Amino acid sequence: MKVLVPVKRVVDYNVKVRVKSDGTGVDIANVKMSMNPFDEIAVEEAVRLKEKGAVTEVIAVSCGVTQCQETLRTAMAIGADRAILVETPADLELQPLAVAKLLKALVDKEGPSLVILGKQAIDDDCNQTGQMLAALTGMPQGTFASKVEVAGDKVSVTREVDGGLETVSLSLPAVVTTDLRLNEPRYVTLPNIMKAKKKPLDIVKPADLGVDVAPRIKTLKVGEPPKRGAGVKVPDVATLVTKLKTEAKVI
Amino acid sequence: MTALVIAEHDHGTLKSATLNTVTAAAALGGDVHVLVAGHNAAAAASAAAQIAGVAKVLHADAAALAEGLAENVAAQVIALAPGYSHILFPATAAGKNVAPRVAALLDVGQISDITKVVAADTFERPIYAGNAIATVQSADATKVITVRTTGFDPAAASGGSAAVETVAAAADSGKSSFVGREVTKSDRPELTAAKIIVSGGRALGSNDKFMEVLTPLADKLGAALGASRAAVDAGYAPNDWQVGQTGKIVAPQLYVACGISGAIQHLAGMKDSKVIVAINKDPEAPIFSVADYGLEADLFTAVPELVAAL
Repeated sequence: MKVLVPVKRVVDYNVKVRVKSDGTGVDIANVKMSMNPFDEIAVEEAVRLKEKGAVTEVIAVSCGVTQCQETLRTAMAIGADRAILVETPADLELQPLAVAKLLKALVDKEGPSLVILGKQAIDDDCNQTGQMLAALTGMPQGTFASKVEVAGDKVSVTREVDGGLETVSLSLPAVVTTDLRLNEPRYVTLPNIMKAKKKPLDIVKPADLGVDVAPRIKTLKVGEPPKRGAGVKVPDVATLVTKLKTEAKVI
Repeated sequence: MTALVIAEHDHGTLKSATLNTVTAAAALGGDVHVLVAGHNAAAAASAAAQIAGVAKVLHADAAALAEGLAENVAAQVIALAPGYSHILFPATAAGKNVAPRVAALLDVGQISDITKVVAADTFERPIYAGNAIATVQSADATKVITVRTTGFDPAAASGGSAAVETVAAAADSGKSSFVGREVTKSDRPELTAAKIIVSGGRALGSNDKFMEVLTPLADKLGAALGASRAAVDAGYAPNDWQVGQTGKIVAPQLYVACGISGAIQHLAGMKDSKVIVAINKDPEAPIFSVADYGLEADLFTAVPELVAAL
């Protein structure tokens, strides 16, 4: 069976972003970009399923600007067999619903049995695309997965929920979104980076897939979060307790 | 203009997140209805009818809704959606699971984790791990929203007298089934609703030390226990204790961070706490930049001292 793994190019998780002074957004010019950490976990899981023999082909997909090709090459260095870039203009804000529609078009074309996405992207923090894709394709969903087991025409997914863990069984084809604890993504090695350069990467446009990608939600303004007042260092535990009791009055 | 709040409940009682979501729904300015979808959840439905400000409770009862499977709950919401301008879910694991599915079926964008209602179509929400706040406007006919519960006060759980109306339950999708659940046992307050949280990081060193050092402090304060991702990944604490961008978002009266350096992903989950105390032996730890009271000390001596002093 085939697995489709959507990956997103985002500002690296270690970068502390700055809000632009004109309030139009976050300054991402000249900052380090990498693959969304949850998507790395998704690629790793797909490749592990392939290594176990449950999967025959892993296809990585990204939607966005030309530079997303680098993200796809990383996915192929981890072990994806080929890649598809849905290329969109740099000035277009791609929102989860549009990405889900693009992915649905690719699902219709490629017919994967499983789509594995990250649970959320660390830039827009939406946590929507996987669920939306499942809705549009009519597939069942296993979100926030910490364990995935394929058996026959079903996939069993252990999910991280608020009170602990929960396991669901889904009929294939299905959509799974990854949580942090699903696996530890491997480091890409230099030989694999070289090999990934030779793997096929197709580029398509949203119009080729017949999808309208216009944003549905308008960003009016992006501002700084409220700043906290400067704190104080206390010399010892006794002072801390006194301050909490008399100054902050929280205990 | 009427808003529908999807209640989170365990069939017998409502989860407190529902109350915060009702407050957000009331801020939109129209009527507020609450959907209780479940199996044998009449008690939860009558609890929802008591919430101040709720005009009507819709109760859907079917075995297929018992475990909150996204496919079935989404179908239930879709069946009721035509009557509503806004559909709100708490931004909990359950709400985040279902809301985008509903939005896509309605062909509308979804707005995640709102922290403020600016107008009936305009909302504030944090992005980039809370390092920026976006003000967003939706032109869609139906607004599907998840509500960050720490951004809104809970509605009063009593004082309301809404009518409970039974609605037809959606059919089982047949595509997914519930297998089982492993609940983390805890006598402590729920993390997201706790007034005080004691949280530990990698510096604790082991699960035994984590419990041995932090439990007495949490007991003394009547606090919930939390953890950083590093502590959870190392196996010192269960997954659902994780506070941060990808774990729980909390805003207690007092947050005590012990041996937590304060990575941006962790700060995103707790920096709206009223008072933050940091105990860390590294004077350069970023946690000190958000702490109201910082104590530069070895937590293995400072925490027991703190317990003794309280």
